[in-house]
Amino acid sequence: MGCPWLVFSNRLVRTTFHLKRGLSQAVKSDQASTTTEAPHVSSGGSSLHPQEIPKDAVKFPLKPFATHLIETPEPVAYATKEQLLAYHRTMTVMRRSEISADLLYKAQLVRGFCHLYDGQEATAVGIESAITFQDALITAYRNHCQQLGRGDTPFTVLSELLGRYTGCSKGKGGSMHLYKAENKYFGGNGIVGAQVPLGTGLAFAEQYFKTGNIAVTMYGDGAANQGQVAEAMNMAALWKLPCVYVCENNKYGMGTSTDRASANTNFYTRGDVIPGIRVDGMDVLSVREGMKLAAEYARSGKGPIVLESVTYRYHGHSMSDPGLSYRSREEITEMRKRADPIELVKSRILEQGWSTEKELKAIEKEIRQQVDEMTEKAKQASLPPLEELYRDIYVEGIQHVRGTLVNNGLGNYLA
Amino acid sequence: MSAKYLKIFRTGLKNFLLNEPRGSCRHFHLTSLSQASNVMCRDALNSALDEELERDERVCIIGEEVGQYQGAYKVTRGLYEKYGSRRIVDTPISEMGFTGLAVGAAFNGLRPICEFMTFNFAMQAIDQIINSAAKTHYMCGGQIKVPIVFRGPNGAAAAVAAQHSQCYAAWYGAVPGLKVVAPYDAEDCRGLLKSAIRDDNPVVVLENEIMYGKAFDLSDEVLSKDFLIPIGKAKIMREGNHLTMVSFSKLVGFCLQVADKLASEGIECEVINLRSIRPMDRGTIIRSVKKTHRLVTVEEGFPFFGVGSEIAASIFESDAFDYLDAPMQRVTGADVPMPYAENIEALAKPSIEDITKACRMVLEGAIPKEKAKAA
Repeated sequence: MGCPWLVFSNRLVRTTFHLKRGLSQAVKSDQASTTTEAPHVSSGGSSLHPQEIPKDAVKFPLKPFATHLIETPEPVAYATKEQLLAYHRTMTVMRRSEISADLLYKAQLVRGFCHLYDGQEATAVGIESAITFQDALITAYRNHCQQLGRGDTPFTVLSELLGRYTGCSKGKGGSMHLYKAENKYFGGNGIVGAQVPLGTGLAFAEQYFKTGNIAVTMYGDGAANQGQVAEAMNMAALWKLPCVYVCENNKYGMGTSTDRASANTNFYTRGDVIPGIRVDGMDVLSVREGMKLAAEYARSGKGPIVLESVTYRYHGHSMSDPGLSYRSREEITEMRKRADPIELVKSRILEQGWSTEKELKAIEKEIRQQVDEMTEKAKQASLPPLEELYRDIYVEGIQHVRGTLVNNGLGNYLA
Repeated sequence: MSAKYLKIFRTGLKNFLLNEPRGSCRHFHLTSLSQASNVMCRDALNSALDEELERDERVCIIGEEVGQYQGAYKVTRGLYEKYGSRRIVDTPISEMGFTGLAVGAAFNGLRPICEFMTFNFAMQAIDQIINSAAKTHYMCGGQIKVPIVFRGPNGAAAAVAAQHSQCYAAWYGAVPGLKVVAPYDAEDCRGLLKSAIRDDNPVVVLENEIMYGKAFDLSDEVLSKDFLIPIGKAKIMREGNHLTMVSFSKLVGFCLQVADKLASEGIECEVINLRSIRPMDRGTIIRSVKKTHRLVTVEEGFPFFGVGSEIAASIFESDAFDYLDAPMQRVTGADVPMPYAENIEALAKPSIEDITKACRMVLEGAIPKEKAKAA
């Protein structure tokens, strides 16, 4: 096979190149995004395949995994400086975007629903670091960071939240309906649990066409009790669909804690005959290693697998939920102090001497400025043209649509 | 004695050939359309499915008993043997699950045909049909297409009682982003189903179990592989100047019978077969009403918030209102859950007599000099 680390270091060079291009473009781009360059952070090696570990990677201990019907992997991750810096950067972009969204909502510029993901960034980034844009992804409504992880920019995401034409869905979807079809991100789905059969269908199509791709289907601890989840998992197991079911367990389904909603709170076992693994959702490396195992399993034709990511959301369920009637302020403060995903990656970087506190703060400040600029730009962007009301109802368009009155729609529906 | 054993042998051979999995014997079609021009609706649907499966590898059929069982109503007969389990997918009894799965597959490049054993069971899955299939193209600003067909028998069968008899035309017809078609005869079955499968939008195809077994003569044109009926256009089955009847699915046949009967009295009815519930061809209805001045709508579903209600509203919203010589009459199912006992079941569904009475009510509403003209 030739010298493995030589082969590998070429891959590392390519990876670093794409990282730099992608990240800078992701953070700096201010166009309605059609860019496929993204903060796509490749994992470049797996603790499961030691011969692929990068030469300059360092071994990091992780919290132990829990598994169901599958061998428990060693709780370690091999990561390089480039990778950790990339994860820090991407998670910071996500964190700043969510903070912007919070402020825009409080200023009543974002309307309707707004479900924020801050605290959970490591899950989104850890997943993306173990898959590619050939793999499909779908999730529910708490999806701003998945849209960013799939290659979109804060400008486009915030535009959509503001209902502007520069939004990823031309302003017609809003916070819950972000999509990036060119990078196989299928939303952004508002009905709890509905995305799970949809994601199973994405996997069905990958298997049908024998692509070798997987579908990552995300859902929460609340959605885990939807009947359609069990239906979908049954079919996935029966037909060995290449589906990774990611249960983001952030401890609360809206205001109901897991122990008040689920008789079995070991969500990684809820696939019954489907194997599962539980990872630390606040640690991007734990998510990454679990996802690598899961992706390899699903890709190999063995069938579906469940990955439970134990995580935490700092905000309430949505912007109309202060998040304090069902949990204590102390609990939130404790999680921020003890388990913040960005702080964890930073402490690892600093421990290895890969950067300094000052440099990391400078990066964060730069990102904050860039996101703030994009926020201002999104606020200035225009609303969709009125004709957009009647577009995209059908693929080929439609000439006659009834409005609120017989004669104020498009064309003449009585013709 | 040998004739009896020959019959047993033939039945056994037929069952063997139909039930053997693909690859273990030659493909066997019971009805070869090229030799038959009198075709039952179920075979018309079957041929449409077969041709579209052959034409486009992305087309697949997903549903309960569509494969090895040959289809609960035999509409998918022979397809499993011909195309195999990759393309004809037997599902567990999981409507919400497999409907969502089919929609997700449509997001990701497939063109699935999702069969419901009846549309009553589709209520389990209606969120996936409406919120995932119909609305996604709009919500994502056009990024994702959902080229899916939802098909199966709709409306009342015979003696299957309340939970198995509802007509869903009005419910699905209300939803922007869906297309809804309702074939009447074998020609409609072929043309509308093929159009639905080739359409890039989600299309609901409301078939009818009673019509599955009814046969019609089909022309060579209808039997050709690219025969398509455009979605959104109604068909005038019979022209006339005195009264317009509008219907869809099985009751088109009832309307034609009533029209024949009234013709013997010198009353010429125009019978419109809607073919599409959404988009509905309001233009054809309005032009007809402006010609005949009288309108009767006929449907099997519940009376309120129904297809007839929608047609009435369209007439009042258009200049056809000024052309009416009498109020429109709706013939509908009764406003009751479908009963089982034969005598009251008959009262719950529109009959030939009901449709005839409705026509007479509309004609009697005419002013005397109009009546003299009609004779």
